[in-house]
Amino acid sequence: MTSVILATATRYLMPMLLLFSAFLLFRGHNLPGGGFIGGLVAAATFILHSLVFGVGETRKILRVRPVKLMGLGLLIAMASGLVGVFTRAPFLTGKWYELVLGQGDKWHVGTPVFFDVGVYLVVIGATLIIILSLAEED
Amino acid sequence: MIAIVVLSGFGLALVAPAVQRLLPRHAGWLLALLPLGVTVTLARHAMTIADGGVIAQSHAWAPALGVTLSFYLDGLSLLFALLISGIGTLIVIYSGAYLSGHPNLGRFYAYLLAFMASMLGLVLAGNLIAVFIFWELTSLSSYLLIGFEHEREAARKAALQALLVTGIGGLALMAGLVLMALAGNSWELAEMLDRRLNLAGHPFYLAIVILIFAGAFTKSAQTPFHFWLPSAMEGPTPVSAFLHSATMVKGGVYLVLRLTPILGGTAAWQTTLMLVGAVTMILGAWLSLLQTDLKRLLAYSTVNGLGTLMFLTGIGTRTAIIGAVVFLVAHALYKASLFLNAGVVDHETGTRDVRRLGGLYRHLPLIGSAAVLAGLSMAGLAPFWGFIGKELIYEATWQSVGQTSGLLTTAAVAANALLIAATGVLVIKPFFGPVRTVPDGHHPVGPALWLGPLLPAVLGLLCGLLPGWPAQVFITPAVAAVLAQPQDIHLALWHGFTPMLGLTGLTLLLAFGVYRRHAGIRDGSARFALGACGPAAGYEISLNGMMKLAKWQTRFLQSGYLHNYILTLIIATIALVGYTLLRGAPFQLTLPAMDVKLYEGVLAALMLSAAVVTVRAQSRLSAIVAMGVVGYGLALLFIDFGAPDLAMTQFIIETMTVILFVFVIYRLPAYKIISTPRQFARNGVVAVAAGVLMTTLVLVALGVREGSLLSEFFEANSFIKAHGRNIVNVIIVDFRAMDTLGEITVLTLAGAGVYTLLKLRPKEDR
Amino acid sequence: MELVAAIVVGGLFGAAVYLLLWRTPVKLIIGLVLLSNAINLLIFLAAGLTRGKPPIIPEGSLRAAQAVADPLPQALILTAIVISFGVLAFTLVLFSRTFKTLAATHLDEMKTTDS
Repeated sequence: MTSVILATATRYLMPMLLLFSAFLLFRGHNLPGGGFIGGLVAAATFILHSLVFGVGETRKILRVRPVKLMGLGLLIAMASGLVGVFTRAPFLTGKWYELVLGQGDKWHVGTPVFFDVGVYLVVIGATLIIILSLAEED
Repeated sequence: MIAIVVLSGFGLALVAPAVQRLLPRHAGWLLALLPLGVTVTLARHAMTIADGGVIAQSHAWAPALGVTLSFYLDGLSLLFALLISGIGTLIVIYSGAYLSGHPNLGRFYAYLLAFMASMLGLVLAGNLIAVFIFWELTSLSSYLLIGFEHEREAARKAALQALLVTGIGGLALMAGLVLMALAGNSWELAEMLDRRLNLAGHPFYLAIVILIFAGAFTKSAQTPFHFWLPSAMEGPTPVSAFLHSATMVKGGVYLVLRLTPILGGTAAWQTTLMLVGAVTMILGAWLSLLQTDLKRLLAYSTVNGLGTLMFLTGIGTRTAIIGAVVFLVAHALYKASLFLNAGVVDHETGTRDVRRLGGLYRHLPLIGSAAVLAGLSMAGLAPFWGFIGKELIYEATWQSVGQTSGLLTTAAVAANALLIAATGVLVIKPFFGPVRTVPDGHHPVGPALWLGPLLPAVLGLLCGLLPGWPAQVFITPAVAAVLAQPQDIHLALWHGFTPMLGLTGLTLLLAFGVYRRHAGIRDGSARFALGACGPAAGYEISLNGMMKLAKWQTRFLQSGYLHNYILTLIIATIALVGYTLLRGAPFQLTLPAMDVKLYEGVLAALMLSAAVVTVRAQSRLSAIVAMGVVGYGLALLFIDFGAPDLAMTQFIIETMTVILFVFVIYRLPAYKIISTPRQFARNGVVAVAAGVLMTTLVLVALGVREGSLLSEFFEANSFIKAHGRNIVNVIIVDFRAMDTLGEITVLTLAGAGVYTLLKLRPKEDR
Repeated sequence: MELVAAIVVGGLFGAAVYLLLWRTPVKLIIGLVLLSNAINLLIFLAAGLTRGKPPIIPEGSLRAAQAVADPLPQALILTAIVISFGVLAFTLVLFSRTFKTLAATHLDEMKTTDS
């Protein structure tokens, strides 16, 4: 797996793939995509990197341990559910708010988006734990 | 108020071990404050109840199911509750001294308090479900108590026996209570009692009576279920005293008395109680005479007492019920005293064998006095409370109508004569006569040890001397509750020269004769070895049979071979689904229109042949590749039929799966043909059957599909309510977010599992 | 097309069951993968097939057009795919660890409990 072409291609593809995964995550509410798919794309990107450069390198550029990503994701998903509870609605009720970004630009934020981010992180974390740990096995 | 009375015991049970650890020397006295407080609280309501009042309280529990946690305090439950908490106070104090230094004393307190709370709950519960739950809790906590010294096998066996016998009875009771609620159209005991409901004419009546008796007779150790009670002597002495004097075994008696207004009055109820009670009464007295172990003797005499109570309830006249209630109190007082007494004797001398005991009175004067007082009450001599009880029993049998009167009186006299002789063995042998075993003097008898035996014994004397007040405050309301009409009861020691007095004299003469010969009777009957065919042997046989059945069944079902389990599962599924499919409404296997596009046909053929390759392939790698083809094929199908999200997910996951396999595959053993051709053929048949069944199932399902309301709702509201245009995603993150939360939790667990298996290993294992 | 897809479901089920009954671990796990694919297809199919109309509300419209593909089974399957991947990974790792520890070569050798 030490093909120069692949290595170079991966190096340039990485940021784009990660951007694409985030794009999939956030557009998922309106078009095909979402936390599961985005998370899988992101995980696949890192797995590709690990196949080319080795797991050690991948862990270095990851900086965060996948276990933490997984836990963080679960926490975010649950926290997004609590917003509903604080407004006296059942757990995980979707709440939407409008943020005015000056000059009349509005941005719709809702707890389901954060929930999806949680899903995204859990999927990345779990997938990376599975594949990277196996790749490191002798 | 009542809820606190009941539940505080459970609460204190939780912290009791901590209290014991903090104050190892005085925990008993401290913890006894709670039962004492309960006693006082309940006693403060005695006057209200004596005036005919009833306290009913209700708390919502499972309102959707119509279950409330309601309590009901009337004369009957007050009397029982006072006995439980009052004797409980003494027992807790006594345990501290009796088991002092025991490493698990804290746990013992916890069990004891939990048991007391369950008992209080049982007698105070006003809802049938609550009655059942507290009933089971008493079985459970007594299991823990009897098996307290769980290092000994005998204790474990006895505990299990008690649990099984009372537990099976408890199940019957539950069925009985449910039927009762259906028949009476209410779960509330108070309501049934208030309505003066009697179910005698109801079609369920006989079933209810049988089931309730099954519960009450097992709990209250009636013949033929009496055998568990002497075995339960394996528990520490305070346990025996508590179980057998006031509490658990009286649970059945309480239930029968409580339900008499609702279920009583028929031959099925009264005659059964009378017969079973009479047999138990005589058998218990006879067996107690044959014992040499103090505690076993007491246990059988308790069987006698319980039989007497059932017998009197069965007779059912006003005198009989008064007799039952008076005897109940008398029995609780003297039996508690005598059990605790036996405990002290055992504690001081190291033996409970009457043949090795004698002349202890000089060494243990307080304990000896308590034994004499309690023993005289048990023997039914004046001026003790027990005397009043016994006179009432004779009066009840003497006055009972019809030709059975003579028979009942004979039974009562015989049982009492045997019991009095046994009392002689119990009291005279250890405390008087020549000294046999001398106390070792290592254990001084402090107040905690003598208070328990002495106080109830003295109470038995005081009540006998001054019967007016207890009769008015405690006996009258309890009898009124059973007979469901107001009462005015006066008790007295002296009734003049009545036939009952003559019967007492006769009983004493007989008892004297039996006592003189008791050693001969005991040794003589020992030769017959009746134990081999008694109900205890029946219990052993059925228990062993059950074990054998379980072993055989386990060997048959649990072969240890994975493929056998899978085969069983699959065949069972095929059989059940196939059966339902065939016998259900005549389904229509509408073959859908064939509008297959060429590429779809090719795709389907590709997937099917790839599936065949996974089966046929000899190399692991080609099987994996074929598996990948199936997966990608599925993804293409998803694209084709309007599921882009699925397609993307499936593509990536399939890729990851293949990567995963490639990592792991060479660590797994290679193919090996182990199965015989016959087994392969069998597997093939099962597989084809499964496939055909599934295809049929899908086609049938397609035929009956009428659109989903759920999907329509999602399609209509996805954008308007949830601000999302991708309906699939909106369902995942909003409409069904709770499901998704569960699913990512599963994913997290799977990840954590892999991490644990691969990364967190003991060092030497790496 | 439903008929063809139903036959594919049946075929996948049959192959999966046959593989599950094998005593070599790799075959068994491949059987599991096929089984989850078969079940996903079954759920997808049971709601009926609609060609090329994803359940997406077009821009400027308040609700989905008539006769789009049913979104509910899709949501169910999507999560199911990811979960079965997780569980599969766990199974694979568990198998490989177990076989390594016990030095077994096929499933029938794993009859006794470890001690």
